[in-house]
Amino acid sequence: MPDLAQLATLTGLVALATPMALVAVLGLPSLVGRPLSERATGRACRWFIALGFLATLAVFVLMLATGDRHVVVNLGNWVSIPDAHGGHPKYHFAVKFEFDRLSVPLALLSFSLCGTIGAFAVKYLHREPGYNRFFVLFSVFLAGMVMAALADTIETLFAGWELVGLSSALLVAFFHERPAPSRNGLRVWIVYRVSDAALLFAAVALHHVTGEGDFDQLMGAEPWPYGRAALPELQALGIGLLLLLAAAGKSALVPFSGWLPRAMEGPTPSSAVFYGALSVHLGAFLLLRLSPLITVSVWLALAVVALGLTTAVYAYLAGTVQTDIKSALSFASLTQVGIIVAEIGLGHWVPFLWYVALAHLLGHACLRTLQFLRAPTLLQDYRNLENAIGDRLPRAPGPLAAAPGRLRTRLYRFALERGYLDTFLNDFVARPFVLVFRWFDRLENTWTAFLNGTREPAPPAPPPAGDPKPVAELAEHRS
Amino acid sequence: MTFASVPWLELAVAVPLVGALCLSRSRDALSASRWCLGFLGAGLVCAVAAWGGFMGGLTADGTSPFDALPLLFGRNVFAIDALSAPLVPLLALLHFLTALATARTKMSRFSFAWLLAGSALRVAVFACKMPWDLGVLLVLATLPPYFELRRRGRPTRVYVIHMALFVGLLVAGLVADGTAAAVLLMGAVLVRSGTVPVHVWVTDLFENCSFGTALLVVTPITGMYAALRLVLPSQPPEWVLQGIGGVSLFTAVYAAGMAVVQTDARRFFAFLFLSHASLVLVGLELHTAISLTGALALWGSVIVSLGGFGLTLRAIEARFGRLTLSEFRGLYAASPSLAVCFLLTGLASVGFPGMSGFVATELLVDGAVVASPIVGLAVLVAAALNGVAVMRAYFALFTGDRYTPRVPLGITLRERGAVLALTALIFAGGFFPQAYIASRHQAAEATLEDRGAEKPAH
Repeated sequence: MPDLAQLATLTGLVALATPMALVAVLGLPSLVGRPLSERATGRACRWFIALGFLATLAVFVLMLATGDRHVVVNLGNWVSIPDAHGGHPKYHFAVKFEFDRLSVPLALLSFSLCGTIGAFAVKYLHREPGYNRFFVLFSVFLAGMVMAALADTIETLFAGWELVGLSSALLVAFFHERPAPSRNGLRVWIVYRVSDAALLFAAVALHHVTGEGDFDQLMGAEPWPYGRAALPELQALGIGLLLLLAAAGKSALVPFSGWLPRAMEGPTPSSAVFYGALSVHLGAFLLLRLSPLITVSVWLALAVVALGLTTAVYAYLAGTVQTDIKSALSFASLTQVGIIVAEIGLGHWVPFLWYVALAHLLGHACLRTLQFLRAPTLLQDYRNLENAIGDRLPRAPGPLAAAPGRLRTRLYRFALERGYLDTFLNDFVARPFVLVFRWFDRLENTWTAFLNGTREPAPPAPPPAGDPKPVAELAEHRS
Repeated sequence: MTFASVPWLELAVAVPLVGALCLSRSRDALSASRWCLGFLGAGLVCAVAAWGGFMGGLTADGTSPFDALPLLFGRNVFAIDALSAPLVPLLALLHFLTALATARTKMSRFSFAWLLAGSALRVAVFACKMPWDLGVLLVLATLPPYFELRRRGRPTRVYVIHMALFVGLLVAGLVADGTAAAVLLMGAVLVRSGTVPVHVWVTDLFENCSFGTALLVVTPITGMYAALRLVLPSQPPEWVLQGIGGVSLFTAVYAAGMAVVQTDARRFFAFLFLSHASLVLVGLELHTAISLTGALALWGSVIVSLGGFGLTLRAIEARFGRLTLSEFRGLYAASPSLAVCFLLTGLASVGFPGMSGFVATELLVDGAVVASPIVGLAVLVAAALNGVAVMRAYFALFTGDRYTPRVPLGITLRERGAVLALTALIFAGGFFPQAYIASRHQAAEATLEDRGAEKPAH
């Protein structure tokens, strides 16, 4: 008969296994060309997510019962390269998860919101051609979120982080038959790749500096949020800035904010759960998880606060002039994320604010999910009301209207152009990149033609018949 | 006769070679395809048996008392060790799957005899350790693509110039001694691996040769094998390896950037491959046990994942002709299985979690960061750009539009078999990487022992 601690570990294992099992159940039949029926898909989602939620809840109850605030599910080394002299392994990749006061709430939130959205999507996407594809990606997203939430090593968190990124980008491009979702999906993916690279670099650097990628090693014996990283300030600042870059990409902080409204091209259920509620908070969660680094470096804390506040102000201004409900909600969401990030940075001085940030994150995610789900029917209600009264509903002037003359114009322009962030990234990052490599490409073609003894490089392939839709340049031309 | 006394390794080379001779006069493409599959399948079984014998400790180096070549040359020509043992069956498998996934519409334009000859030569290269034997085989392996280019009436000068340079440097390096030998051999390795600026033969090959042939010529990363067998044992000075590493690092980033902006699918694949091949070579310069293990692991992963990626791209080409990436084609609805395979193999190549390249990339970055944070950063930039390139190609080919075919263009049974086999390997390597990584570490340790002391970590 296992004791309560063992039971908690076993139950934790079930919580971890269920999202993976859901990926296998939905993904493997699709891989061999025999996707599950709509009904079976809906049932699988319902049961697996319910099981995962209940298992996580059971761990939480067991934690309360035993007074243990730190349940570790250690699956051992996934890969280990032993030292020839029998010492510490030269390299190891530990698969280790922990249930603590930070991870359990996010895992519960992930299961509950994904369960809600799953139930909603079963109806919403009924007979949609990409029904099966949506749920496969949905399950990958859930697995990534749960893995990232419960990770006890930065490598495991990275694996979950990447799964979330991939599924998000593919869901943005869910409506395959139109070019705009694909362009926006690519845009999201590019930002995520930058974010992933920063996180991986930080993970490797952390591994080398501390000798371990385990969070409990990094934070010392104290449970979250009272740990303190045993790192010199400069190293904490360097690694922290990399993590901040990773968080900025994932949470659409300035200057990467442009992808968030673009991500609304996906179906409403995925917009709601991914960009409005869960994945957009993952960057903030990363900063919370590694808050011991913020404890060490005051400059890092200042950078986090500055980025958070900048994002909040920017998103507030941009959100006030949006003309479609999903974009308005996405900027409203971003405003709150910016404030959450600022709270995390301020935790350097007042650690209690980390609890506030966590509560803010959970509450905001739930509220925003409901807003996204309500949005289509709200528009319908507005339409009915306007039809009934035969006129537009009266609207209060926006907050920018209160600004004095010239400043108001500038603020409107700034807000309408979304802070020129996309333009900045296009003009100063993407376009030079494309131009330089296109020039190299032409050079290579000329060189190859010269070596082959032909005067001119091979002409470009003729465009296909019909009306081709050009693939997005990395540096898009603004229309 | 016991299992160990069967000359499996020689048979893995001889069977495809005999097949090539048998099919050299064949005019019936369908029949040639079937026979080719038979010969390659038998070769694959022999290669797996040689590997199994080595891994199980039944043979010391894959040789047998009944080997025929010692009767001719007075010594063993073929032998495997920890480095080459898994690569030989992997190569045989790649050739088998390429033949299996060849569409009927393309059979008449694809020479199965040359495929068999190429298979025999490439397996022979990877089963050979002696410098001069390896040199001769490397030179012979350059011939099949040349004859195919000639047969197709395509320009050959780019290929000939580069291969002549490769052969010249290789032979001069084998003849020379000391540092001069190392430098010349390094040059040969760089040409064969397609490092900048001597890389245009790779893109030219993809543009002018059949996709299958080009894929099989480049995907095994023969240059890496030549570097490990020819350059490292010659005890090169530090700057020679740093030269390989520096040029490879630049190539990895440059080729990844080029892959992002390509508008032709074949050129895109060529640059994607060049970036990966260069990343593998980068691990050679870092030459700590961890980085070399990462490089060797990434090597196997690249063969499987980019091999599968190339086969998927080739299957799509067989249906829709030469592919451009400058406009959306919306092929998902017509071939969803191919889209999934394209995405899986592409993501595996860029080291996505749960797939074969993930741990390898981690190890490589880990070793690179130890050597220098700048090197680590460059490796990450290359990996990130490769990821962008793969996804951009996916979106361009499969989304953004809806292609409505008049005939069914879904994946065929044979193609599905090929890509499922590779997918199984990709996930097996991703979920159960320990055995493979341990074997690569063993090979890395042996390589470093041959070379001398491990470079201390900075």
